Amino acid sequence: MKARRTFAKWLAALAVLHGIVICAGFFAPYDPVEQDRNSPYLPPMRPHLVDAQRHLHFRPFVYSLRLRQGSFDQYEEDTAEPHPLTFFQTGARYRLLGFLPCRIHFLGAEHARIYLLGTDAYGRDQFSRFLFGGQVSLLAGLLGAGLTLLIGLSIGAAAGYYGGRTDSLLMRLAELFLALPWLYLLFALRAFLPLGVSPLEAFFLVIAVIGTVGWARPARLVRGVVLSAKERDYVRAARGFGASPGYLLRHHILPETYSVLLTQAAILIPLYVMAEMALSFLGLGVPEPVPTWGNLLSSLQHYSVLVSYWWMYLPAFLMVPFFLGYLGLAGSLQAREDAYKIESWSPGSLT
Amino acid sequence: MRYLLRRIGHAFFLLAGVSLLAFLFTALAPGTYLDEMRLNPQIAPETVAALRAQYGLDKPLPVRYLDWLSSVVHGEMGFSFAYNSPVAPLLLVRARNTLLLTITATLLAWAIALPLGVWSAERLGRLPDRLLSWGTAALMVIPDLALALGLLLFAVRSGWFPSGGMASLDIETLSPLGKLRDLAWHMVLPVAALVLTALPLLVRHVRAAVADVLHTPFLLAAMGHGIPRRTLLYRYALAAAANPLISLFGFSIGALLSGSLLIEVVMSWPGLGPLLLEAILSRDLYVVVGGILFSTIFLVGGNFLADLLLYWADPRIRTESGSP
Amino acid sequence: MQPLLKVENLVKRYAKRSLADAGEELHALNGVSFSIFAGTTLAVVGESGSGKSTLAACLACLESPTAGSIWYEEKDLAKLGEGARREVRPQLQLIFQDPASSLNPRWSVLEILLEPMVLQRNFSRNDNFTRQEMNQRANSLLERVRLSPDIARRSPTELSGGQRQRLAIARALALEPKLLILDEALSALDCSVQAQIANLLMELQDSLRMTYLFITHDLAMAAYLADEIAVMEAGRIVEQGPPEKILKRPQHETTRELLAAVPRIARPALPAVEL
Repeated sequence: MKARRTFAKWLAALAVLHGIVICAGFFAPYDPVEQDRNSPYLPPMRPHLVDAQRHLHFRPFVYSLRLRQGSFDQYEEDTAEPHPLTFFQTGARYRLLGFLPCRIHFLGAEHARIYLLGTDAYGRDQFSRFLFGGQVSLLAGLLGAGLTLLIGLSIGAAAGYYGGRTDSLLMRLAELFLALPWLYLLFALRAFLPLGVSPLEAFFLVIAVIGTVGWARPARLVRGVVLSAKERDYVRAARGFGASPGYLLRHHILPETYSVLLTQAAILIPLYVMAEMALSFLGLGVPEPVPTWGNLLSSLQHYSVLVSYWWMYLPAFLMVPFFLGYLGLAGSLQAREDAYKIESWSPGSLT
Repeated sequence: MRYLLRRIGHAFFLLAGVSLLAFLFTALAPGTYLDEMRLNPQIAPETVAALRAQYGLDKPLPVRYLDWLSSVVHGEMGFSFAYNSPVAPLLLVRARNTLLLTITATLLAWAIALPLGVWSAERLGRLPDRLLSWGTAALMVIPDLALALGLLLFAVRSGWFPSGGMASLDIETLSPLGKLRDLAWHMVLPVAALVLTALPLLVRHVRAAVADVLHTPFLLAAMGHGIPRRTLLYRYALAAAANPLISLFGFSIGALLSGSLLIEVVMSWPGLGPLLLEAILSRDLYVVVGGILFSTIFLVGGNFLADLLLYWADPRIRTESGSP
Repeated sequence: MQPLLKVENLVKRYAKRSLADAGEELHALNGVSFSIFAGTTLAVVGESGSGKSTLAACLACLESPTAGSIWYEEKDLAKLGEGARREVRPQLQLIFQDPASSLNPRWSVLEILLEPMVLQRNFSRNDNFTRQEMNQRANSLLERVRLSPDIARRSPTELSGGQRQRLAIARALALEPKLLILDEALSALDCSVQAQIANLLMELQDSLRMTYLFITHDLAMAAYLADEIAVMEAGRIVEQGPPEKILKRPQHETTRELLAAVPRIARPALPAVEL
């Protein structure tokens, strides 16, 4: 029972995080592709409660940044005018959940722009880009994992159920896929596909590529489950009543695989998000101007950025809660699987 | 003996299969290096056509594969358009660098993970074990890319480590010992990045494998015989857990090789990674195939090593295959 | 009178699939012949490895024999294709030894009972089984095996071994089979429960005119239940006859060994034995 509650808690936490990302339009102050060429590489603005004259404000506020005298890249706060943070601020148009037109944003400032994580080379707000980037990266991870599990389930079930030569052939194929270090395989597959494509095409290409790389390990696991389930007496009994292979698979054998698949999903999704990040970081994934977590960090490839604009690294910290959520989920699923096995038979079952 | 021969045959089968797959993928890729040249108005189409014929790009696929295979046997592995040289020498230098990184990281990671895992398994469920679990969790939730970039950032801001590359500019002026030190200094960050990404999962698995073994009757019996704790842990428990640990070893090599691809690119370490990336972006077909094949060779080799270890460690495998 | 089932020279060989040497075969059944008459019980007794379970599987049409014939209703079951066998299977039901693994723990008792009927409805597209009829039948089956109808919503994990075996019997009866093959069906139960289930089986045989093939290693139980006993060893029947003959004048060495293995406590119920 405790295992079930832990699972629910982690699921809830992840749901909240994903909810924020899904409603990126609402939570992000600005449009992620909106450029402000006058403010490249702005450092993050800090919210204050006490102003330069040592007055306490009730509302947190920020100061705009302006260039320091005689410098091109050093900024300082313009303490003349505090800009209070407003909630539910009216701002740029967007579509909530993709179809509801809206103009209200969670956070903003009346007459100035607030950059919680600073801006990039084109003056785009990093915080907004982080939220919208999460949509792409997380979705890619989810869909990729879904594809992998679909392929793994089909192949593993076929190998386990039919056995014999089908099994040997499929497992040899799985070994081939496992013989390549997965990132190399990923890159190889990506290389095989066209490079200069539109962001939407690239997105689906990335999902297809990531999804096809990792099927081998889940397939093996599914095969194991199917092999043992196939021999159970209740399956033989069902055959005795005239059940077809399709019936047996659907009603008795495949339900045994669900917990394995769920655990695999919790492990694969973060892995695939990282894969998407790697691809986009190197220019092989979803291209600009669409933000993804990968190309958020790509500016850090340049030495000058590392030296002078270290805050470009901050989005990486914001990613951690998501990965933590998936880790916790995977852990609680493992615990749940073990608990189910012990609970399933009452004492004295085999007397 | 038969077991070993079977494993060798298996390894060859894998390499052949992978080479075929890799060749197929890259040969089917839209566009080749020469297409870029075709777009360039300064180069006459006849030159491009001549180059195509010279490199055999206009022959049908199976012929190209066989040509490439024979090229492999001759030690060339095809031809690189970008570098204007046979592929094999390019790869060998890079492969050596990748191996340097990966082998060091593997040894270091295991040298840390084994004692930590055993220590944690001994204290299963108690505070030190839980702290370690949180520690590994903390490492696991940082994406690999972010970890590598973070280390790089640290290097740049602190100035303690070089921000990339394998050698300083003035390396030729150093003594042999100095060269070695320079190399080591450059290796610290990439190896640290690799080890940190691989370590948490390794520690967890070692801990699980050893914990499983620690509560078995035979170990309790050994304890009853008064065998000292350290011997008990390392000679008895680890030996019993050898089976899953050795498969873990094979798996860790794959993970580290993949990790090294990304880290080499991020930290400008001149290994197979950056070469492969470049070749993909410029559609340098044979370099891509060669790079993939090399990485597979390392992985298959590492797994074969694991098989050897298993053969040596587990007497059941020896007796099963009928050898004395 | 024609037997319900007639087995002639049944042979079943398994190819041994080992890593190094393929091609070695396991002879599970090496020429088995016997007949079963309707309404009677034939007990097949033997040690583990004598081929009893293989015999059960072949007769229930879950496996196909390598050679030989199984005559049932003027058809040779051994020569039927998969489709025809699927049609015949409901009439020859198998009850397994381990009640824990013969019932899907994720299903409820009701679902388990309904399964054979649902399958038949899908398979033969028979609209004879409406939901209501199936539920009614399930309830009457539960009554037949002396189980309370309010266990219908429970999971088999909540039942005792004896209850589970009753459920398995009820399920087997759902499609009104002609032959019930009990593969060590009592062996996993407590002694007292064994007696209860054995009595239930006897009752059902009387009321439904059921035919049983009772497979066991327990010669005493076989003598109690069966009209005819066949002793099996290494895939062959080495001795066959009515219980009194087998127990009083055992001919074959295996029979003698099995008899010697019977605990003394059970003996008083049997006629005096000469060894």
